[in-house]
Amino acid sequence: MTVSLTRRGLIRAAAIGGGAALMSGCDRIVQNPMARAFLQRAEDLTMTAQRSLLDREALAREYSESEIIQPQRPNGSISPRDPDYRRMAANGFADWRLSVTGLVERPQSLSLDELRGMPARTQITRHDCVEGWSCIAKWTGVPLAAVLDEAGVKPGGSYVVFRCADTLGREKYYESIDMIDARHPQTILAYGLNDETLPVANGAPLRVRIERQLGYKMAKYVMGIEVVGSFASIRGGKGGYWEDRGYEWYAGI
Amino acid sequence: MPEPAEPQTEIVYRHGWATRIWHWLNAFCLFFLLASGLQIFNAHPALYLGTQSNFSNSLVSMTAMRTGDGSLRGITEIGSMDFDTTGFLGASRDSSGALVARGFPAWATIPSYRDLATGRIVHFFFAWVLVASGLAYVCVSLFNGHFRRDLIPRRGELRAMPRAIGDHLRFRFGREAHYNILQKLSYLIVILGLIPTMVATGLAMSPGMDAALPWLLDLFGGRQSARTLHFMTMSLLVLFFVVHIVMVLAAGPINEMRAIITGRYRVRPEAKGETS
Repeated sequence: MTVSLTRRGLIRAAAIGGGAALMSGCDRIVQNPMARAFLQRAEDLTMTAQRSLLDREALAREYSESEIIQPQRPNGSISPRDPDYRRMAANGFADWRLSVTGLVERPQSLSLDELRGMPARTQITRHDCVEGWSCIAKWTGVPLAAVLDEAGVKPGGSYVVFRCADTLGREKYYESIDMIDARHPQTILAYGLNDETLPVANGAPLRVRIERQLGYKMAKYVMGIEVVGSFASIRGGKGGYWEDRGYEWYAGI
Repeated sequence: MPEPAEPQTEIVYRHGWATRIWHWLNAFCLFFLLASGLQIFNAHPALYLGTQSNFSNSLVSMTAMRTGDGSLRGITEIGSMDFDTTGFLGASRDSSGALVARGFPAWATIPSYRDLATGRIVHFFFAWVLVASGLAYVCVSLFNGHFRRDLIPRRGELRAMPRAIGDHLRFRFGREAHYNILQKLSYLIVILGLIPTMVATGLAMSPGMDAALPWLLDLFGGRQSARTLHFMTMSLLVLFFVVHIVMVLAAGPINEMRAIITGRYRVRPEAKGETS
């Protein structure tokens, strides 16, 4: 009896010890920069595969009014404490301007009224968070393509970088997309949510919608749009706040 | 007829090279996919039905709650039922031994600590390996006759199924050269059912793939239903794994391991014919 208990205890200890060694071994593998870089090669494969499957204009599904069953769940920054942002918010964003700079023929500085005066698009779409949840809401805004055309993208302008007003951790949020997503018909600079003015929690006064990618790509509190040839020299060089922290630049999955 | 003192045995070549390579690649991939998948699940440990997450009405959720005395309890909710799953689901101990809020515990996830970005990198890498090796295996197996010869049940076998189930429940195995009917059916369910369902429900969660192949959403009843099905199919694969291991242990682990590594399997000649 004692022997069998001891043996059972030994097997149990070996299983637990073996399991713990296995998992801590896995931790070490994924922390190893070379192993990580190797695993991350699959990202390029995913983007290449999706881009070859996806028609440039293929739309994300749009839903009906009846499928809006709850407020859009806010995530990430929901109440920026940046003083400049606070001042603008207190003033109803009357002196807020969207700057369009970088590789453009005619740099722009657009007020909210000017953006609202441009042709608008309204879409009821599903927001997919990288965490796994989804939420359906109605977004109204101006197609990013129209703003880019107004400014005139210069040759070599391959990416659109969104500069944001909010600080997450210790850095200003930023994001970037390529021209395929920037010029997609559903990519809009949204100022309206569920028939109302975009609330602060969801990115007031302006956020971007990129419906074929995950939520973290859809920068909130957008202050500036910069057209660049490469984002390698911006901050961590990976093209976005979360990308600099290990998330995929192409978030179609 | 008198029983021979030593049962005569014979070595047969049971598993082809493609089957053996695919078996081990699959085992490796499914281990990493499971542990990284649980890491991803932990970012939002709740499941829903339909297109979107109805946050007030989840199908399953794992949460942590502070009790009156300040201690953390892990609560798993299934439908309207609550279970205290402290230490395993909802709240479990981290590497320093402190109870923390997390869906699945540290020992079940890659990495063991909370890191969604890394979980995703690992998950999608092994998802690609799983799909590539699975397609290669199916192509080879159609070409070399493995499916037809070894996996497709014969009519007589289906009729003899009740007896096969009875034998298995009593851990009574004939050491036959060919797969028995329960092996055939369970392998076919995994190869043609569970793994393709995992891949398809996984793709249905991708907003990019949903734009490319919108029927994926209709097939599974919406993105959140697809996520729930992805989780449930994973559970069935884990169940298959557990039964598979029990059967290997019961049927003779050394012989079974040699067969799946080298292909060579020791059979009892009398077991090749009718068993009674």
